[in-house]
Amino acid sequence: MNLSETVNTGYFFGLVPLLVFFPIAGMLFNMIFGGKMSEKAIGTVASAASGLTFVVAVLLAYSLSATHGELHQVFLAEWIHIGELQLDWTFRVDTLSVVMMLVVSGVGTLIHIYAIGYMHEDVRFKDDVRRFRRFFVFLNLFIAMMMILVSGDSYLMLFVGWEGVGLCSFLLIGFWYDFNILGQKSTENAEAGKKAFIANRVGDFGFLLAMFTTFWHFGSLQFDAVFESASHHPDPVVISAITLFMLIGVTGKSAQVPLYVWLPDAMAGPTPVSALIHAATMVTAGVYLVVRSAPLYNLVHSTSYIVAMIGAVTALFAATIAVGQYDIKKVLAYSTISQLGFMVAAVGMGAYVAGIFHLATHAFFKALLFLSAGSIILGMERGHHHLAHGHGDHDDADAHHDEEVFDPGDMRNMGNLRKQMPVTFWLYMAGTLALAGIFPFAGFWSKDEILLDAKLHAEHYPGVYWLLAAAAFLTAFYMGRQIWMVFFGKERTEVAKHAQESPPVMTVPLMVLAFLAVFGGALNLPGSHALTHWLEHTIEGVHAGEFDFMVAGVSTVLALIAIGISWLLYGKNPLKAGQIDPLKKPLGFVFTGMENKWFVDEGYGAVIIRPFEKLAKFLSIDLDWNFWHDWFHNEVVYAGFQGLAKFLADPVDMGIINAIADWLAEITKRSSEKLSSLQNGFVRSYALSVLVGVVMILGYLLLK
Amino acid sequence: MNAVPVNYYIILSAILFTIGALGVLIRRNALVIFMSIELMLNAANLALVAFSSANAQLDGQIFVFFIMTVAAAEVAVGLALIVAVFRTKKSIDVDQINVLKG
Repeated sequence: MNLSETVNTGYFFGLVPLLVFFPIAGMLFNMIFGGKMSEKAIGTVASAASGLTFVVAVLLAYSLSATHGELHQVFLAEWIHIGELQLDWTFRVDTLSVVMMLVVSGVGTLIHIYAIGYMHEDVRFKDDVRRFRRFFVFLNLFIAMMMILVSGDSYLMLFVGWEGVGLCSFLLIGFWYDFNILGQKSTENAEAGKKAFIANRVGDFGFLLAMFTTFWHFGSLQFDAVFESASHHPDPVVISAITLFMLIGVTGKSAQVPLYVWLPDAMAGPTPVSALIHAATMVTAGVYLVVRSAPLYNLVHSTSYIVAMIGAVTALFAATIAVGQYDIKKVLAYSTISQLGFMVAAVGMGAYVAGIFHLATHAFFKALLFLSAGSIILGMERGHHHLAHGHGDHDDADAHHDEEVFDPGDMRNMGNLRKQMPVTFWLYMAGTLALAGIFPFAGFWSKDEILLDAKLHAEHYPGVYWLLAAAAFLTAFYMGRQIWMVFFGKERTEVAKHAQESPPVMTVPLMVLAFLAVFGGALNLPGSHALTHWLEHTIEGVHAGEFDFMVAGVSTVLALIAIGISWLLYGKNPLKAGQIDPLKKPLGFVFTGMENKWFVDEGYGAVIIRPFEKLAKFLSIDLDWNFWHDWFHNEVVYAGFQGLAKFLADPVDMGIINAIADWLAEITKRSSEKLSSLQNGFVRSYALSVLVGVVMILGYLLLK
Repeated sequence: MNAVPVNYYIILSAILFTIGALGVLIRRNALVIFMSIELMLNAANLALVAFSSANAQLDGQIFVFFIMTVAAAEVAVGLALIVAVFRTKKSIDVDQINVLKG
């Protein structure tokens, strides 16, 4: 890359393509040489690739702050030049994209390191070593795609990354495509991957429509060009259409109502994937897209309100489902949807900095929570392994398959893990307090800023504040419920008694994340507002809000009350083995709804999927096979052709053409038979012919 | 001297030629056919000599000498062939000479 420029100016903007090339290089290295390398070496290469990306991102951040946050565009190569459409591979380095780069590569690197330990055990458990390499190849590809997404200078380049991360998500959700989460043969994970891919297709279609409309109206897909012509000729109808279509894309990728259904199923992927892709980075791409398109959203208030409401409704709706879940990762998945709702609501209200701030802190503490959950699941798995080999027959392979099914992720199987896994416990506590929004953890500051904006703009965005406050209350409640169920009380199974702590390769990255989850709020503390000042170079019209003790006090009190209630329900009288959830009785059918995710999947099944399958069956069996194949092809085309062929063959070919040929042959034969008698071999008769001929010629000459 | 008109010679020549031709066509004896051929040749000679004398030119006379020489040679070859055929077939009937007939 433009190293000379770097040397000349002392800045590192020329290095930006390395953001993509480092992970690609790591991926290729592992693809080519990984077959002969050890697990550790593969993991190190992948982590180093991701780590170098982080270093580049840090250098960019340094250069940007040294040049006062000025936008830098780095041209790499020509891409598409057709008529009006002029698109290049151009990287965009501004304060917004650098924040995303830092979050993605930083959290990504920690998760890479964690995954070395996690996948080692996971792989051994499934007895398949080759997949270790495949996993890291996919992870590196994901980092590369995410970098293209956040650093692209046009909607189309963003879309390349957008689709690339969607692909990686699909590949990694279905990573154990042949086993389910319990280690049995099943295609359930592959189906979860398919579901994610298809739900995202719906959203991507919306995004594509937004791009088509943009190009049709503004004649460009490059960010600055689009925003400039939009501000010069604001056409509310067109801009509303663009932003609403884009919103469909956002609901798909960032798992908002109504397209969020894929994200809980995406927990089928290995836990590092859930942490990296489905909590910290990829799902925030929708939020990034809205912030990036802020100049468009600022022009149409109605669309912004729709965005904010979708976010707020999602935040509350997903939080209610999280309350009724038993799987440790499912709770976190719905929590992620809920928190993404907070971010979308924030960016919808124009509180872009609050949205990005929450995006960053959420990346820290949700990655921490997911990875700790992974640590817990592996701890339970180790306990299970220990028990299975402790007694009973020692014939490994058989014993493994015969033993009864045990779900290591079910919180009803846990209890009192604080004793067995103290490190994980403290890490999990840090994440929980950050997520619940307890002072002074990172989540407190970012969530508070969103609530503050919602409160300030209550007259323009009615209802948003109340939905978000209720969601924040439930957030603290379900996290409290989880903590009491997992770490306190009595062990509800033998396995929980024998759970074992995870090795340092997994816990050390968690400690770094925990540090960030605790102190991440420092990014944008009231008073300094570092992030706000950093982002105002890129996003127009952001302003630092005043810290409001009312809002902060209310949300903190709400969170503490929620944790208190959860203690009363789950902490004071710990759940016993086999006992039903204490919420079930007072809430009745409401809790049944929460447990069953409000039957949304079933509803989609009845309204969309089954009619779709019926339509597909009708199209394939009745229309395609019976009508098209059996009737049209066989009866009309094939039979008609045969009839025509028969007609041409019998009457036409045999009756006319062949008859003519036969007749010619017969004539020739007969005439030759007659003529052959002339050649009788008698010289006299020849001589007679000659004489006759001579007489005739002479006669003619004489009588002429 | 009272010259004989040339028409007479020509008519005689034509009669002789016709007799020769009919002989070739009708007879089966190779010797007779041979003689008929000679008759036709000499009919031609007669016509040549007659025109030569009538036109007072010597070309026809010289032509006749050539024809007589060739005819003599032809007779030598033809008779030799007939003798050879007779030796193998014990016959000189031309209808019997058919071994080359396909």
